[in-house]
This record gives sequence, structure tokens and C-alpha cells, in this order.
Amino acid sequence: MTLTVNGQQEQFPDGLTVRGLLAHLGITAERVAVEVNLRVVKRAEHPELRLSDGDKIEVVTFVGGG
Amino acid sequence: MADLLKIGKHEFSSRLFIGTGKYKDFAAMKAAHQASGAQVVTVAVRRLDLKAQGEAAMLNWIDKSMALLPNTAGCYTAEEAVRTCQLARELSMGDMVKLEVLGDQKTLFPDVEETLKAARVLVKEGFTVLPYITDDPIACKKLEDAGCAAVMPLAAPIGSGLGIRNPYNIRIILETVKVPVIVDAGVGTASDAAIALELGCHGVLMNTAIAAAKDPVLMASAMKKAIEAGREAFLAGRMPRKLYGNASSPLDGMIG
Repeated sequence: MTLTVNGQQEQFPDGLTVRGLLAHLGITAERVAVEVNLRVVKRAEHPELRLSDGDKIEVVTFVGGG
Repeated sequence: MADLLKIGKHEFSSRLFIGTGKYKDFAAMKAAHQASGAQVVTVAVRRLDLKAQGEAAMLNWIDKSMALLPNTAGCYTAEEAVRTCQLARELSMGDMVKLEVLGDQKTLFPDVEETLKAARVLVKEGFTVLPYITDDPIACKKLEDAGCAAVMPLAAPIGSGLGIRNPYNIRIILETVKVPVIVDAGVGTASDAAIALELGCHGVLMNTAIAAAKDPVLMASAMKKAIEAGREAFLAGRMPRKLYGNASSPLDGMIG
């Protein structure tokens, strides 16, 4: 399936959950927040929420700012 | 009795809020944080660089005792700001947010209308909202009425270091709202911070003034002292200003 992650369109295995996607990308889930199609996905939902073809995903973290 | 700053349900003994941007590296940032004595630290929310490993490491350099104040810097609409806050809450596990909705890239002045719109949504969603706003008493009052836990009028444009451009507006804001007034943005050096506290402001938020100083650690220490001095001077109550001289030594008993 095709997912857009942080603005980049890429192919991913079908049926990935949010947790699966983070693992696939090599990201540890503790210090990121995930949004799927403009909705924040709470950490507790990561193992359950299954992604679908065409989903738009944002993976964000804290950076320096004022 | 401890002189605490109360923002919503949160209490702080330091009145300096410090940033995490523009430092040459995380070690320099941490050293400045320590010298500042700040208990609140601002951070920004951005896309994780999926190519770079260890990108999310900044939090390892922020003392665990500091409260995180995620900002919505770079947002130009209420919708973007609300989304950013929702993501920030998921990241920080805290409820405080610095709401910043900009209206213009050149001045970085806030968009008052969008800020208010976002504030109303965020308060309803249970956030402790600290909005960055113009030094406009009416806008500050509306934000207080919307349920914001503090208001954060600018001293001068973000990153300008010009100091408090309109102390009279700040005074009117202090008379207008009951929530804490935190001067946010535009402070350049220690005296600017001291003036804010002397006016009666409850705190100061700054980033560039410390991060862009030649010696950020020394400036952080100077800011800590300036804010403490300004607060004490405010509580002490300054003498009235007089146009003419008034001798400090007795006039009686002068030698003949």
C-alpha cells in the first residue's frame, strides 16, 4: 500500500499498524507523536490502529524552539 | 512565604521561562538552562527526520525537573496550532502549551483573531494555554475571558532584542487582566527582563537573548539575577519619581 509519511509517498507492506509502521521505519515510539489523516493517534492505540492505502501520516518530535 | 508563580494548576519558584532554540549544541543549551534556574522550557514540534537516527535526542538534554512548554511556532492558522498542540500533548504528556499563531513572516507579530480562535478550542480540550500576543490590553482581556491561564504580550518582535517597546501598554495589561502576565519575545539583555518584573509582570520568556549571547551561560545567570532583582524591586514598591532634588542628609546641624 502507498502511505504518505511526513510528506513523502512510499510503498509499505499491507496491513501495517501504527506500531508496525514505526518499527518498519526504525523509530522508537516513546518520543514521537503520530497523526493519521489529521487525527492524533494516542500511544495506546498504536498497536491496534491499522493503516490503509492512501493514509497521510505525520511523525513528529520535539526540536529546539523559543 | 515562598513567592510562587501560579499558572493554572502549575506552580513555579522561578519566573524565567527559557527556550531550546539557536544554541550551538545541546551541551551549551543544558549549561545555560542550569545557570538560568528556569523551571519551564519551551520546545517546538516538527516532523521527525526519518533519515537521521537519534534525531529525537534533544529531550535527553533537558533536565527532567523542568516543565515542558511546547510552542506552536510557525503556525499561521488556528487549525494548524490546535493540531500542533494535540501532537505536543501526546509528546510531552503535559497540558501546558505556548500558543503562537503568527500573522506575518517579516514581523512575526501574532494574528490576534486566529490566536483567540485557537485558544477557545484548546481551553475546551483541557489545555493550560499561554498565548503569545500583541501588547494589546483588549486582546489580552479576550484571551483571559477565553480561559487562558496566562497572557504573554510581546516586548518587541521575536528575536529582535529591542526590549520593552511599550511599557505603558504592559502596565495597562497588568491592570486589565487577573491572570499572570509573562513578557514573551523581544528581551535583549538583563535590564530588559528586570524592567518587565519591576512593572509588575509575573515572568519573562526568552530564547534568543540567552542563546545568541556571546556567553550564553553567563547571560543565563545574568537573566536569573535580573528577574529576581526586578521582582524584589516590584514587591518592595519603588519610591515616587520627583522632578527636583531632595537631600538625603539632614539640613540641621550644619557647621557654621
